[in-house]
Amino acid sequence: MKWFLHKLAMMFGADPRKAAPTEETDAAREMKRFKKTPDQVQKRKEIIDHEHQYPLVSNKWRNMRWASIILINAMFIVSFAWDVQLVEGSMSASRFLGFHMADPNAALQVFLAYKDLVLNLVIGTVTVVLLWWIVGGRAFCSWACPYHLLAEWAEAIHLFLAKRGWVKDHPFHRGLRVVLWFIFMGLAFGTGYTVFEYINPVGIVSRALIYGPTVAVVWVIFLLGVEIFFSRRFWCRYVCPIGLTYGITGAVAPVQIKYDLEKCVHEGECRAVCLVPHVLEITKMGYASDTTEFIGPDCTRCGLCVDACPQEALSFTIRGLDKII
Amino acid sequence: MTDASQTPKKPRLTRRELERRRLILRTVGLGVAAVAAGLVGWYPVYRKLFDRLRPPGALAEKEFLAACIKCGQCVQVCPVEAIKLADGDEGYGLGVPYIDARAQACDFSCDAVQCVLACPTGALSHAIATKEEVTMGFARLARPESCLAMKGEGFTGLARGYDFTGLLRYEEIDRWEPQPVASHPYELDLCDLCVRECPIQGAISLERISDDPADPRRIPTVHKACVGCGTCEMICPTEPAAIIIDTEITLEAQS
Repeated sequence: MKWFLHKLAMMFGADPRKAAPTEETDAAREMKRFKKTPDQVQKRKEIIDHEHQYPLVSNKWRNMRWASIILINAMFIVSFAWDVQLVEGSMSASRFLGFHMADPNAALQVFLAYKDLVLNLVIGTVTVVLLWWIVGGRAFCSWACPYHLLAEWAEAIHLFLAKRGWVKDHPFHRGLRVVLWFIFMGLAFGTGYTVFEYINPVGIVSRALIYGPTVAVVWVIFLLGVEIFFSRRFWCRYVCPIGLTYGITGAVAPVQIKYDLEKCVHEGECRAVCLVPHVLEITKMGYASDTTEFIGPDCTRCGLCVDACPQEALSFTIRGLDKII
Repeated sequence: MTDASQTPKKPRLTRRELERRRLILRTVGLGVAAVAAGLVGWYPVYRKLFDRLRPPGALAEKEFLAACIKCGQCVQVCPVEAIKLADGDEGYGLGVPYIDARAQACDFSCDAVQCVLACPTGALSHAIATKEEVTMGFARLARPESCLAMKGEGFTGLARGYDFTGLLRYEEIDRWEPQPVASHPYELDLCDLCVRECPIQGAISLERISDDPADPRRIPTVHKACVGCGTCEMICPTEPAAIIIDTEITLEAQS
């Protein structure tokens, strides 16, 4: 429980740390001890060398995810363009086959600014919260958010330039996102305007895709420029309050990424590709608390680590499924 | 450097501490920048740089901006596509719906307030159910000197020219399919387009200017029933329109 609270605290900006001896299970302690024997260290070294010689490249989850983002946003576009009434509206609020859907972050701002509740908005928000709770809260970010896709492409450019030493990543403190979440909610309440929606690239991109380009898109291009030249994925990592709202939504979601200590060779391929690498600190030698564990609420379930891990130590799973079957 | 007899100075920061300090400073900078960027949107609203006609059922401007979730569902249901979403230059009005009546008025082709029914947040208030209950604005003869009826003139041809894209419900042609204004030529001895095409009963009429029965001149007179839909502004054949809609903001400024 304490270990889970630590993972929750990490979502709110706490630095990752090793599992304390009191948080370790006996099995984990035993396995860590075993993994530190010279024989095992040598064996892992050989495995890693072999991997580097014959790298395996898989983009299975990434491709499915990109298809998902494109499909979801295409449904919005097509619904309006051809008047098929599949998903009317945009990312902030919509009707899916007539059922209300509302972005919980935008809905909360509207509630705080307007100080009144309309039943349709409550229904829409609850529906969305339940849907994304099942698949893992921040799964919204990596499986639906149109800005996420653009940011992934910007990230690829950033990494390409960084590899050649032309740009450098400037990290920020992750606690900023929490502070901004409260500031923007406070501003909505205090000023009576949905202030964050003015700079929200998700809303801007979604509306531009559906209703045609706007000047506001320049702001999104600027943000992508910052991500390419100054700070890797800075908006999603350190700023976006929507990510935090969905993170809370899916704190104890059924769909999880499971880490298997036994299979892991601790080379860190997963952390190199991750949007939120702090959740994968448990893959460092000696950090995990159990032989298998879920990697934490801030995870966007994007599956990049699952693709990246040559040992299949990380996998998609459904909480409690092993107990049912 | 290693001289122990030196007076103890402030301990030099290690590389790690220096990095940490830079990270914190950078973070504060980003936080301030993000909030500042958010607050930029306040300026156009505060200065009332834009005076927009809002869709039927819209709450009072301040509340409307608060309650609107910027989803555009009202845009999607409008059969004449009268509703547009504002751009970033309108500050907190970004993504909020408005109607440019001159380009495409709300002519109630939907048989009343589909946009209200579509609104998920009540920004377009469900308190109204019929077109007569709408209060978007109020029509005003802003340029009486250019009004054809005021001059006693008729009108022949297309009200807004052949390239005008606006639609209007011409019930005698098709009750269910709004027709392009550009497909519908008029031949009028006295121009009464604003009265003829008004979708609201008793909202506007032509009144005599003088007691002389031979005097053809008439003045378009707006009555209380006017809901401010803007159909008169759209159909007015003079350029610019002789009759316009005063929005809530304008009306407040006038009173």
